[in-house]
Amino acid sequence: MREKPVNTFWAWVLIGIVLLYAGLLLIAPIVAVIGGAFEKGIQPFIEAITAPDALLSLRLTFLLAISAAVINTVLGIIVSWVLVRHQFPGKWFFNALVDLPFVVSPVIVGYVMIVLFGRTGWFQNLPIQLAFSVPGMLIVTVFVSLPFVIREVMPVLASLRQEQEEAAYTLGASPWTTFSRIVFPAIRHGIIYGVILTLARALGEFGAVAVIGGAIEGATETATVYIYRALLDRNNIGAYSMAIVLGLIAVGILVIMNRLRPNERGH
Amino acid sequence: MMQAALPAKAAARNPHLPFGKWGLRVSALTYLIMMIAIPIIVINIEGLRGGLDQFFADFTRPAALSALWLSIWTAAVMAVINIIMGTLTAYVLIHYRFPGKRLLDSMIDLPFAIPTLVTGIMLVLLYGPQTAVSGFLDRQLGIRILFAPPGIILALLFLGYPLVIRSVQPVLARLDTNQEEAAYTLGASGWLTFRRVVLPVIFPAMLTGGLLSFARALGEFGSIVIVSGNIPMRSQTAAVYIFGQVEAGNMGAASSVSVVLLLVSLVVTLGVDFAYRRKTYA
Repeated sequence: MREKPVNTFWAWVLIGIVLLYAGLLLIAPIVAVIGGAFEKGIQPFIEAITAPDALLSLRLTFLLAISAAVINTVLGIIVSWVLVRHQFPGKWFFNALVDLPFVVSPVIVGYVMIVLFGRTGWFQNLPIQLAFSVPGMLIVTVFVSLPFVIREVMPVLASLRQEQEEAAYTLGASPWTTFSRIVFPAIRHGIIYGVILTLARALGEFGAVAVIGGAIEGATETATVYIYRALLDRNNIGAYSMAIVLGLIAVGILVIMNRLRPNERGH
Repeated sequence: MMQAALPAKAAARNPHLPFGKWGLRVSALTYLIMMIAIPIIVINIEGLRGGLDQFFADFTRPAALSALWLSIWTAAVMAVINIIMGTLTAYVLIHYRFPGKRLLDSMIDLPFAIPTLVTGIMLVLLYGPQTAVSGFLDRQLGIRILFAPPGIILALLFLGYPLVIRSVQPVLARLDTNQEEAAYTLGASGWLTFRRVVLPVIFPAMLTGGLLSFARALGEFGSIVIVSGNIPMRSQTAAVYIFGQVEAGNMGAASSVSVVLLLVSLVVTLGVDFAYRRKTYA
């Protein structure tokens, strides 16, 4: 195999540099936040996390993330299918659009919603209130987590051989049967990985939901907005404890990601 | 190319699908237009609504210009460090077996999973004014990390770390070892082999990952609002500036800086997309 045991001085130097860098960048901060939250023992941590507004904010975070994941999974599969299987003019443009939520600043996304639906916005007389409300927060959460399912499913779909599908059609299967029996099992792995990434991104969103939600305590406060307010209120234990909870969720997500990650990296 | 030819043939063989096909296409494209294209058009109209003069006047205010410049240069410094360290990490992970390797490999995606606001808090706890590390740096070397550009760069390095690695790793794994071994056999040093044989192959992946991390860093908000301390003209980035202006109700200032920031990230991403992705799926 290509993987060599380390035998030279320079190889050890390279490994040392990488381990030091990754240790300082990834591991030291985690140790610091755990230390910060448990500074005064486990009791204050439990109290901080079970405070009513903390629980309420966590509930809203999960509600938004799960709804966004459902929307982006269903529509993401459709978008992937169209972008891989259909031929039409301007396809490259739509393909490029998919990547934009990854780089557009979340603050700008929230701000666009204010421009459209805010107090002096373009559309003020809508039946549902979108600014400073949960539906508006859902829209921005969908935006920021939009690319992940699509970017995981598209390559799998593109590499799929189509003989089986054609055979199914020839034997008289409906398009839906063909999709659910043949295509779906093949892309399932990619979908699950995409959903995990979507959930991770949606759970952690802060800038966009803070701007459009207006950070109204008990109403439009997500877990990340709760952390921000706790820091401003100098409720450090509250902020660090909630950060730990979100961090633990992130570690859970990471473990699932590692289980699912396609083993393509040469080991 | 085979993939491009096949769907057309398959579609021609499935005559019983006209409605389904158009229904799917229309919903997919409508979704992308409504969710992504329209917001971007809206911000541009809003930014230019007061006329070009107003737009220039708004974004050339000293605080706005300095915020934009801070975002761009910290993201650029991060991208350079990230390309070097990310490539080195990918190289070491692919080529050597060493203690802690599995842990390292599984930790790399952590920045994708962790909320960026939490990243900010972790850095404050590690380098905050009350900690030993920052006390030492501040007193002995006169370096301040938090509430200053180094803190911003650190946060961006954390966020960008997986991007270069995950871009370079698959290319390195597929790289033909024969060429490398041939170079060694002919007496080339490790460094020369890397530079002449490995580097040319992985360079596009390094650049793609680096540019993506740059574009992503330009708009970063959650971690920076915590670590930067939000001091105008010193440690206020463009995204934090926009946030402040929206809160204060200065829509003109927020819009013009949004337009400029968006333009820079669009040029970078569309450039990457045009150069690499287009070949894959077009």
